[in-house]
Amino acid sequence: MSTDQTETARRFMEAIPQAQALGLEILEMQGGVAVIRMPYAEALVGDPETGVIHGGAVSTLMDTCGGAATISHPGNAGGTATIGLRIDYLRGATPGQAITARAECHHVTRSVAFVRATAHDDDPDRPVATATGTFTVEAKP
Amino acid sequence: MSRPAPEPMQVVKQRRDAALTTLAGRVPYIRFLNITFDRRGDELTGVLNFDGKLIGNPLLPALHGGVTAAFLEVTSIITLSWSLLWEDVESGAISPEALPRLPKTIDFSVDYLRTGLPRDAYARSTVTRSGRRYASVRAEAWQDNHARPIASSNAHFLMPREG
Repeated sequence: MSTDQTETARRFMEAIPQAQALGLEILEMQGGVAVIRMPYAEALVGDPETGVIHGGAVSTLMDTCGGAATISHPGNAGGTATIGLRIDYLRGATPGQAITARAECHHVTRSVAFVRATAHDDDPDRPVATATGTFTVEAKP
Repeated sequence: MSRPAPEPMQVVKQRRDAALTTLAGRVPYIRFLNITFDRRGDELTGVLNFDGKLIGNPLLPALHGGVTAAFLEVTSIITLSWSLLWEDVESGAISPEALPRLPKTIDFSVDYLRTGLPRDAYARSTVTRSGRRYASVRAEAWQDNHARPIASSNAHFLMPREG
C-alpha cells in the first residue's frame, strides 16, 4: 500500500471501537480488496475445553473485512453497511494462532457490493471459514 | 394414592439458574461481549448489555454488524444447548458442574434489517429442527420495539457427541 492508503486504512480501523477491542490490524485496503488480521486472545475463546476462537469473533472479522473492501472500492463514494452475510465454518482455528481474513468485492453495482471472503490461521492452505456478503454502496454524484 | 410433594420453588429455580449460569458463564467470548440471559421457565432471552466498545460505526453511531451477528449466534448456541439439557437438568441426571460440550456452528447467515442503536439489544432463538447429528436454529434481535427487529439469522449446528 502507498503511504496515503496505509494512513487511510489505519484511521479507518482506529475509528471503530469494536475493531480496537478485538485488536484488528489492517494489512491491505485498496481497490475493493481488504486483508485484516485478528490476533489470538483468551477473551475470544468460544469452546473453553479446546481454546478455539468463537465463531462470533470470526463473524466480526469477516464483516469488518467485507466493509473495508467495499469502502476501498473505486465505485463506492462513501461508507457502507452490511445487508446480509453468510459464513461457513470449515474447521476450528488452531488455538494460539492469529486469524487473517481477505475480502474482495467481486461485483459492484450502483447500490450493492457483492463480497467474497476467506479466513485462515497459520496454515494458508486450509481456510478456517469462508463468507459471502452483500454491502450497501453509495452512488457517485 | 400419595405422590411426592412438589419441590419448593426456590430449589427448582436455583437448579435451573445454576445450570444456565454454568452453560453461558464458562464461555470467555460471551463474557467479552457481556451477553446475559433472562430465563422464564425454559424460555431464554439473550441480552446484549450495551458498551461503547460494541460500536462499529462511530459516526451514526451504530452497533458493529459483527457484534449483532455474534449476539445472534451466541443466543442460538445457548438456546439449543439449553433445550438439549433441559430434561436432564430437571431430572437431576446431570449436575450443573458437568454440562456436556457445546454444539459447533456449521454455517451462519444473518440479515441486517435496521441499524443497531447504541443501547441494549435482546434476542430470542427458536430451534427449528433438532436431530441426533444436526440442528437448524433461527434467531431474531430487537431493541426498543420487538415488532421492529434489527437482525435475524438462520444457522446449522453440529451436535456434541454423546458420552
